Amino acid sequence: MTAAFPLLAEHIPALLVLVPLLASVIIPFSPAPLRRAGGAVAVLANAAALALASALALEVFRLGRVTYRFGGWAPPWGIEYAVDPLAAIMLLLVAFVSFAASVYSGAAASAEVAHERLPYYHSAALLLVSGLSGMIITGDVFNLYVFLEIASLAGYALIAAGRRRDALVAGFNYLILGTIAATFILLGIGYLYMAAGTLNIADLRERLPHIYHTRTVLTAFAFLMVGFSIKTALFPLHIWLPDAYTYAPSPASALLASTGTKVGVYAMLRVTYTVFRPEFDASVVPMKTILLVLSSAAVVYGAVMAIAQKDIKRMLAYSSVSQIGYIVLGAAIASESALTGSLLHMINHALMKASLFMCAGLMLISTGAEKVSDLKGAARRMPLTMAAFTAAALSMTGIPPTLGFVSKWHIALGAVEAGLWAVVPVVLAGSLLTAVYFWKVIEPAYFSAPAEGHKPDTPAPFWAAAPAAALAGLGLLLGLAAWTPAAGAARAAGELLLK
Amino acid sequence: MKVRPSSNPVTETVSALLIPFMQLYALYLVAHGDLGPGGGFQGGAIFAASLILRAIVFGLDAEEERRYESLGGSLAAAGVLLYGGIGLLCMARGGSFLEYPALPFADPKTAYHLGIYGIETGVGLAVAGAMLLLFMKIAGSRDD
Repeated sequence: MTAAFPLLAEHIPALLVLVPLLASVIIPFSPAPLRRAGGAVAVLANAAALALASALALEVFRLGRVTYRFGGWAPPWGIEYAVDPLAAIMLLLVAFVSFAASVYSGAAASAEVAHERLPYYHSAALLLVSGLSGMIITGDVFNLYVFLEIASLAGYALIAAGRRRDALVAGFNYLILGTIAATFILLGIGYLYMAAGTLNIADLRERLPHIYHTRTVLTAFAFLMVGFSIKTALFPLHIWLPDAYTYAPSPASALLASTGTKVGVYAMLRVTYTVFRPEFDASVVPMKTILLVLSSAAVVYGAVMAIAQKDIKRMLAYSSVSQIGYIVLGAAIASESALTGSLLHMINHALMKASLFMCAGLMLISTGAEKVSDLKGAARRMPLTMAAFTAAALSMTGIPPTLGFVSKWHIALGAVEAGLWAVVPVVLAGSLLTAVYFWKVIEPAYFSAPAEGHKPDTPAPFWAAAPAAALAGLGLLLGLAAWTPAAGAARAAGELLLK
Repeated sequence: MKVRPSSNPVTETVSALLIPFMQLYALYLVAHGDLGPGGGFQGGAIFAASLILRAIVFGLDAEEERRYESLGGSLAAAGVLLYGGIGLLCMARGGSFLEYPALPFADPKTAYHLGIYGIETGVGLAVAGAMLLLFMKIAGSRDD
């Protein structure tokens, strides 16, 4: 494909952000027939973005690094897009999950989003994807902030689109915390610019080491880390997340849970490993130790809270807090295996949590179930949904042939290699606790009789069930063929550390 | 709540005098953006302010409210599409995104100026449209 359109190939990095952005503007403000087909337009735009991301990933793995200059200005003066293998993997992940989520939304969003708001819902979802892709792809810290705001604003709107009034409160709380986070990040960027006089990431990397010990740089680092920790929902800054994911419409929860927080972690990795070098950690701030403690706490706290929940979506939301802990834990251990595990777990969590939230939406559509206690005998009433839920839960827990096993194995292995024996029980305990809260759903669904006299079930639309099942299946498939993504992620991890 | 007139002769007279000049000044700011202070954002904000002033002072009936909203949406979308369209045109002509000299004009310098002018116009439209939409969503009586 790239050979057939040389002109197109050159512009893929820019188009990847532009296509969803322009589509998001077209949907709500176009004539009525096109507005009604908003879901289809969103699927098409996401399919185009997925094709572009795939082509870009092939190109990056062939060349090692692809850059794009805006307006013909050379970096560090102009804004540059820079795609390395890590960014390529993340772009592909975001494009893939958002494509699956858009297929699901097209069929199922109308069940949870008011009819007249649907075009705006699809528009906000595309805007989110555009913002997240921009955050991943950009090679300029200020541009990163701009895309962060685009993604965040779209995220608040998506959460507030939920059916209950609680969704507005949840969206507003996230708005407040998200704005604090964005302000911190902007302040951090401002201090970096003050100290180094540049905004280009590659240029910052060259200039910062001379001034690592200045107070300005330290302040910048602190602001950036706290800001991204809020966006990532790293314990104890996760308080916006449970309400947001519980009250948002299921397709929005699926999209946000699988992409939003991952891109936050990605930005954190970029700051700690690309903008700052590992020496900064060793000689100035013991960031790894801080992250190690916080993420270990997140793994256990999130899982324990998930066990205590009665609402299915709230349980999945606390599960996200726990799994984000795993991802940050792998990144904080910072050995090559642990980073590989962290990246694989990002992929695993993105695919599985998207599938799980879609299943939660399907349960609501077909049986009206919102609480764990509503799921008695659910496996007989909706076998496909429960099968997908179970498969995704297995991968989330880390049962052998799934991707979750491979990722958690690498994180534990990395901890052993780095001599951090105290982390190993955390990884294992987290997995056990994960098994406990998923068992709380699976046990009544498979081993209890349906309650007497329940309302007749509505069959779930095919195009809503298909992406949920496909994503869950992918967890098994990727786990079986783990050497392929593992190899890619490992290469990205190595690149990240050794560059 | 409907957007109602304040029916005060002072505000009405002053606004009627002021609004055309505000709009002219908004256009000046957009056009002058690449040479001096001003630009698309400021121009767009002032243009929207003129329309909002009109709504506050003279009031809007249901039909006007509908038109204000659809105008806001169309302006916002048109602005973003103009911006993106100029960028894409630069790409189609062999430059990178927003590389103005690639635009089809006689010499690169003219292309540069007109390119920036087009971009500023896009920004102005988007800002004016978004401000109108925000105002109507907060003060208007329509519910969708």
